[in-house]
Amino acid sequence: MTSVKEREIIQEQFKERMNEDELLNCMRCGFCLPTCPTYIESGYKESHSPRGRIALMKAVVDGLIEPDEDFERSLELCLGCRACEPVCPSGVKYGHLLEEARDIINQNKSFSLPTRVIRKTVFKGLFPHPNRMRNLTGLIGFYQRSGIQTIARKIGFLGLLPENLVTIEKVLPKVPTMKEMKNRPEQLSPIGNQFHRVAFFSGCLMDTMFLKTNDATCKLLQLAGCEIVISQNQTCCGALHGHSGEKEGSKDLARRNIKAFEELNVDFIITNAGGCGAFLIDYNHLLKDDPEWKDRAKKFAEKIMDVSEILVSVGFHKKVKLELPNQIVTYQDSCHLRNVMRTASAPRLLLQSIKGAEYVEMKDADRCCGSAGIYNIIESEMSMKMLDYKMVQAKNTQAATIVTANPGCLLQMKVGIEKEGLAKTMRGVHIVDLLLEAVKE
Amino acid sequence: MISNNVKEKLVAIVTKENFDDSKIERLSYSYDSTPNLQSLPDAVISPRNTKEISEIVKICNDNKIPIVPRGSGTNLCGGTCPTEGGLVLLFKHMNKILELDEENLTITVQPGVITIEIANVVESKGLFYPPDPGSMKVSAIAGNISENSGGLRGLKYGVTRDYVIGLEVVLPNGDIMRTGGKLAKDVAGYDLTRLMVGSEGTLGVITEATLKLIPMPETKKTMLALYEDLESAARSVSKIIANKIIPITLEFLDQSTLKVVEDYAQIGLPTDAKAVLLIEQDGALEVVNRDLEKIIEVCKQEGAVSVQVAQSKEEAEKLTTARRTALSALARLKPTTILEDATVPRSEIARMVSAINEIALKYQLDICTFGHAGDGNLHPTCPTDARNHEEMEKVEMAFAEIFEKAIEFGGTITGEHGVGVVKAPYLELKLGKEGIAVMKAIKQALDPNNIMNPGKVFAKNSRKRVVVSK
Repeated sequence: MTSVKEREIIQEQFKERMNEDELLNCMRCGFCLPTCPTYIESGYKESHSPRGRIALMKAVVDGLIEPDEDFERSLELCLGCRACEPVCPSGVKYGHLLEEARDIINQNKSFSLPTRVIRKTVFKGLFPHPNRMRNLTGLIGFYQRSGIQTIARKIGFLGLLPENLVTIEKVLPKVPTMKEMKNRPEQLSPIGNQFHRVAFFSGCLMDTMFLKTNDATCKLLQLAGCEIVISQNQTCCGALHGHSGEKEGSKDLARRNIKAFEELNVDFIITNAGGCGAFLIDYNHLLKDDPEWKDRAKKFAEKIMDVSEILVSVGFHKKVKLELPNQIVTYQDSCHLRNVMRTASAPRLLLQSIKGAEYVEMKDADRCCGSAGIYNIIESEMSMKMLDYKMVQAKNTQAATIVTANPGCLLQMKVGIEKEGLAKTMRGVHIVDLLLEAVKE
Repeated sequence: MISNNVKEKLVAIVTKENFDDSKIERLSYSYDSTPNLQSLPDAVISPRNTKEISEIVKICNDNKIPIVPRGSGTNLCGGTCPTEGGLVLLFKHMNKILELDEENLTITVQPGVITIEIANVVESKGLFYPPDPGSMKVSAIAGNISENSGGLRGLKYGVTRDYVIGLEVVLPNGDIMRTGGKLAKDVAGYDLTRLMVGSEGTLGVITEATLKLIPMPETKKTMLALYEDLESAARSVSKIIANKIIPITLEFLDQSTLKVVEDYAQIGLPTDAKAVLLIEQDGALEVVNRDLEKIIEVCKQEGAVSVQVAQSKEEAEKLTTARRTALSALARLKPTTILEDATVPRSEIARMVSAINEIALKYQLDICTFGHAGDGNLHPTCPTDARNHEEMEKVEMAFAEIFEKAIEFGGTITGEHGVGVVKAPYLELKLGKEGIAVMKAIKQALDPNNIMNPGKVFAKNSRKRVVVSK
C-alpha cells in the first residue's frame, strides 16, 4: 500500500522518467495479447496484458489515473517474460518500460519492516558478494548432507512452509562443497584446434548451486575449441535487482562486470543462463545515460552469446559424437533467452543432433513456465496455473527428459515433475548437462 | 454515469466478478487500435450467455446507458472506443466454437472466438474460411462481423459479409432475434443478416454466428513482381483481371512501405524497386500453374523488371508475412500512425495512387501506400506525431482530400475498416443525404434511445477527424 503522498511522488516521477516516445510507440494493435501468459491466465483481462499495462503507464503519465493499488498489482503480476516483444510490430521495448516503472514504484514506497530487511539482505548483502553466496550455498549443503534435511522432513517441520517452497526444497540439486566452490579455474585450454578465445560468465547462482552445470559448460566449450578465461572479478549480473525495482543496484553490478571483462581480449562472453544473458545484453540500455560507461557497456553487450549459439556456430554438434539411450526429449524455452537474446533454434538443433534422442516439440514451448526469477515464490498462485498448463503440454510429448537453458526454469520444471508425481519417468535437465552426458569421446 | 441502483441490478445478473468499475479496468477498455482516441467507460461487464446480455440491454435501455460491445479492440475506426461512456460489453466468457457441420459446410460460433481459431479448426478438416483481416490472430469474430472486415483474399473470395449466413442478435429492446440459417438459399423477408453485418454495434449485440465454409483449395502459389514505376504496377493489376484471371491475392506495396517492412522483417525484399506486386493464386495445380504463367507474361509486358515465383512454402510464407506486417512496421517510423482505407474501382488504381502522392507532396507529408490493389482497396498511411498539432491539421486536410478524390473516381471512403468515429464526418460524401436519411430511419426504429454504440457511424456537426477526449 502506498500513501497519498507517495502516490503523488510516484506520479511525478512517472512524468519525469518514463520514456514518452516508447509509450506512444505502442499503437495498441493488440498483437501482443495472444502471447501474454498473464492475459490468458487472468481470463483475458486487458489490464493484465502488455497493451493494457502500457496504456496504464501512459495514463499515469498523462494524469488520467493515479498509481493506485490496482495499478501496482497489474505491474506486479507481470512475469517480465517479454514474450510481447518479438511479436510487437512497432518494436516497443516493453521490458525497459516495465523495469523503469517498477523502479519508480519501489524506490518511492515504504515497505513493511520485514520486507525492507529481506530486500536489503538479498539485494545489497547477498547477491553482489560471491563469497557470501558460497557461504549460503554451503549452509544448504550442510543442511542436505548433515542429516538435518532427513530429520526436518521426518518431523514435519516443512509443513510450516508454503506448499511450493516445500516442493522447491525437494528438488534443489545436491549442492557442491565449499572446497569445490572455492577452487575455480581461471583459465582453460581448448581440446583440439582453437577457434575462439572466450570469457565465461559464471553467474552467482550458477557458480554455487549449479556448479556442476558450469563445469559442464566449460567442458563443452573446450571440446568446441574454445580457450576460456574466467575472471574472478565478475559478479552477479543484476537481473534480480533490475526486475525488482532496484535499478541503481543493478547499475553498480553492471559497471563491475564491464570492468572485469573489458580487458580480457575475448571474442565472446558466454552465458549459460538465459535470465543472466538477457540482462547482460541489455547493459547498454541500463547505462545509456551514463556518459562514462555507455560505450563500454555497448562493447560488452555485443559480445554476449549463449553457450548453445556458440556450439552451433563452431559446428560442435557435427564434430562431436553425441549419443544417449533411446528416449524422447523436449525443450522448454527460457523466455529471456528466446525473447531478449533471440536464441531459439540453436538449442533445438543441438538436441536434434543427439543420436538415440527423439526430439518432440512441446506445444507452446515458448510460453513462460511461471518461474520468472522469484515470481514462483511471491506470485505462487499465478505461477502454479502456468506450471500446470506447462506440465499438461510436457506430458503430451511423452518425453523422458525436459531440457531447459536457465536455472530458474530448470527448478520450475523439477517442481512440476514432482507435483505431478512423474519423478520416476521424467526428469528436468539443463541443456549443457544433457549434452555432456551425450558426449562419446 | 451508472447509479448504484442500476449497478446492483447489473451485478445481480452477471455476479460481482463480472462487473468492474475500478479506475484501471475502465482505463483498460478506454481505447482500441485507433490512434489518438481515448474515452473512459463507466464500467466493464462480462456476461456469460445471451440471456444475460438480453437482461443487461433491457436495463440499459430503460436507463439510457450506452453499450459498447467489444471483442479484442483491434479496429481502426474507433468503433469500440466508448466515446459516450456507458458499459463496455466483453465476450470473454462467450468464446466457444459451438458446432462444425461438415455436411452443411458451416461453423457456428460464439461472438468472442478469435478469428484464427476458426481458421485453424476448419482447415484441420480440409475446409476453408477465407476472410483474413490483418489482425486475425487477435480479433474476435463478432468484431469482424460488426465491422465487415476484409483482408488479403477479398478479391477472389469476398469479405466477412459473404460468409455470414445466420446470426443471433440481442436487439436494443432486449429481444433476441435469430436470422438466416444453414441455408444457401433463403429469401424469407428482408435480409436482416446483412443489415447486422457491418452495423458496428449500433443496432444490437451479436451473440452467435453461423458462418459458411468452402472446401480448402488444393494448392496455392505465391509470386512477386518488381516495378520501376507505380503506374506500370497498377496497369498490371487491371490487365491481369482483364485477362479473366482472379488471383486470390493481388497486393501492392510502394517503395516507402517496402523499405520499412524490410527493415522490420528482414526477409530480403528488394528495397530499390518503386513498387511491388505480391500475387497469389490458389486452386487445382494445373490451373494455378496456367494462371501464374499468364500473370508472369502480363507483368513482363507491362514493364515489370523482375518476376519471381516463391519456390517453397516457407518462401511464400515469408512474402505474405511481409505484407501482413506492413501497417505495423510503418508504426516504427513515428509515434503516431494514421492509416486509411480509401477504395476505388480497380481500373482507377493508377490514378488514385498518383493523386495520393500529389496530395502528400502538397501537404509535405510522408504517405506510404500499400494495400489490396486487386480490389482497389488502398491503405494510404501517414506516420506522424499526435503531439505535433500543426502537422496533425495537415494530415487531417490531406486525408479529407484523399477521400474526396476516392469518391470522385467512383470509390468509397472506407473499404474495410468501417466508419466508427473517425470516418463518420465523411459518410455523407459516399451515401448522400438520402442514404444517411435511410440509415437514420433504421437506427431510430430499432434503437430509439440511442443506447447501442452511440456516437458511431452518424456524424455530429463537425468534420474533424481526429478526436481526443479524456
